[in-house]
Amino acid sequence: MKNHLQTAVDLIQKKYNGELSSFRGHITLLIKSEFILEVCQILRDDFSFEVLVDETVVDYWRRKEPRFQVVYQLHSRQHDERIFLRTPISEDDPNTSSLVSIYPNANWYEREIWDLFGIRFEGHPDLRRLLLPKGWEGHPLRKDVPIKVEETRFTFNNDEIDRGKPRAEN
Amino acid sequence: MPIHYEVTSVTLDEIKNLVSDRAVTGETMLLNMGPQHPSTHGVLRLLLELDGETIITCIPDIGYLHTGIEKSMEGKSYQLAEVLTDRMDYLNTVGNNLAYCLAVEKLVELDVPPRAQVIRVILAELQRIASHLIWLATQALDLAAQSVFLYCFRERELIMDIFELVSGQRMMTTYIRPGGVWRDLPVEFEDAVRDFLGHFPKRIQMYEDLLTNNPLFVDRTKGIAVISGKEAVRWGMTGPSLRGSGVDYDLRKVKPYSGYEQYEFDVPLGENGDVFSRYIIRIQEMRESLKIIQQALDKLPSGPFRSDNRKFVPPPRSELGTSMEALIHHFKLWTEGFDAPKGAVYVPVSSPRGELGVLLESDGGPKPYRAHWRTPSFANLQALPILSEGHLVADLVAIIGSLDIVLGDIDR
Repeated sequence: MKNHLQTAVDLIQKKYNGELSSFRGHITLLIKSEFILEVCQILRDDFSFEVLVDETVVDYWRRKEPRFQVVYQLHSRQHDERIFLRTPISEDDPNTSSLVSIYPNANWYEREIWDLFGIRFEGHPDLRRLLLPKGWEGHPLRKDVPIKVEETRFTFNNDEIDRGKPRAEN
Repeated sequence: MPIHYEVTSVTLDEIKNLVSDRAVTGETMLLNMGPQHPSTHGVLRLLLELDGETIITCIPDIGYLHTGIEKSMEGKSYQLAEVLTDRMDYLNTVGNNLAYCLAVEKLVELDVPPRAQVIRVILAELQRIASHLIWLATQALDLAAQSVFLYCFRERELIMDIFELVSGQRMMTTYIRPGGVWRDLPVEFEDAVRDFLGHFPKRIQMYEDLLTNNPLFVDRTKGIAVISGKEAVRWGMTGPSLRGSGVDYDLRKVKPYSGYEQYEFDVPLGENGDVFSRYIIRIQEMRESLKIIQQALDKLPSGPFRSDNRKFVPPPRSELGTSMEALIHHFKLWTEGFDAPKGAVYVPVSSPRGELGVLLESDGGPKPYRAHWRTPSFANLQALPILSEGHLVADLVAIIGSLDIVLGDIDR
């Protein structure tokens, strides 16, 4: 890890209790979702991480608390460094702060996450579905939505299929 | 319970905070452009607020080509999931394969022999030229230069023939595999590529003769959709669309992969950040790609074309009849796949459109637990509203063309 990145990581570890992990050269910091706005603000203003490269979610279904992790990837062009931030999100009340005020391109990434995972972003200016039609029920990239084609519905098994299929709340 | 969804259009209530107040009173006009509009390069729908001919707001609506590829990949083993990558950005199929294979290789720490790396570079650069040709063809067609369209498709066909030669497929090649490439290059390959290298520079010159100083083309591209480098970075733009604004960032230089550090080439930079700069950049990039292909072809080493690590790479066909071990490995690999260690990797490559990144997360099993694609068209298209603001509807066509979007790449 280079000096610049090390300073940033140290600061976040100390001030925001970030959990550092490293895999195949990727530096990942796990922080609580209430700090994400502050941490991004500091990383952008003081450590020149001026690009939000990517924002997405991994769903660890059956693990209740926390069920999701939002993955942010920031890039500093000046130092050519990348840092990953992960924030755990609970299953019961999936919401977190929106980064649109810091990185304007978070807009569509967050709309996509809302669309496909059903995580709400507080402070997002336009949280509509992005990819799916607006009347779509559920959030298909959640792990409890089946991947494979469903069993054919007949009158005798219709209710059974519905019972076995947890649907995400809108 | 029937699945029910509306495909009706957006109502004014929903977008009230996105358009100006004058749209609510009816003073400006709301116009729907696409999704079946030829110049939106696929199925992009734009909701425009117009004051006369001038665009006040532009609201893109995407998702018409959403095929759930990220979800489908979760249900397939690492090898099988690769065929889905071709189907996303259908103009950069080799590049998608490359990004995916690099990610898998990074995840399981698999080495790639030098010959395979050079083959990958040659094909990726040929693909870049082919993609830029489609871009040039459609951009010119959008601006009413029809002959360029036909010429570009003529040259692209040569590249498609080379792909067919090596992989048997023109577009969905899946030729690059984790650990190397599918099979060795056929003997005709070198001549075919050298032939292409021989006469393509003249063709680029011909496109330039037709467009670069053509007053009709210049009038419609210079000074249109200017974006400063700082703003482009802020919006997460990458690739030629970013370099058109003079920002020097190319992953082939900054974070070389597949041995790009061994080749000499320049990263062309634009000055004005307008549609014309982005046009010049891509023309120059085709010339730089030719340089890379030339160097790669000259140094193409002999040796194995894929790794001999049997835990991840299937054994050669010839061994199956004689070696029990090989048969077992082959069977296991194609039925179960291989287990990847627990963890997440992200690999970015430089696609013709910008940074194409794959986030692969493994839970220790033979299938990706989560495969996410950071696609360049998605990021670049997000800047369309600020690029098109204040321009005429006719210019919007040029602006969309200059971003070089592929809807399969955006919607996945």
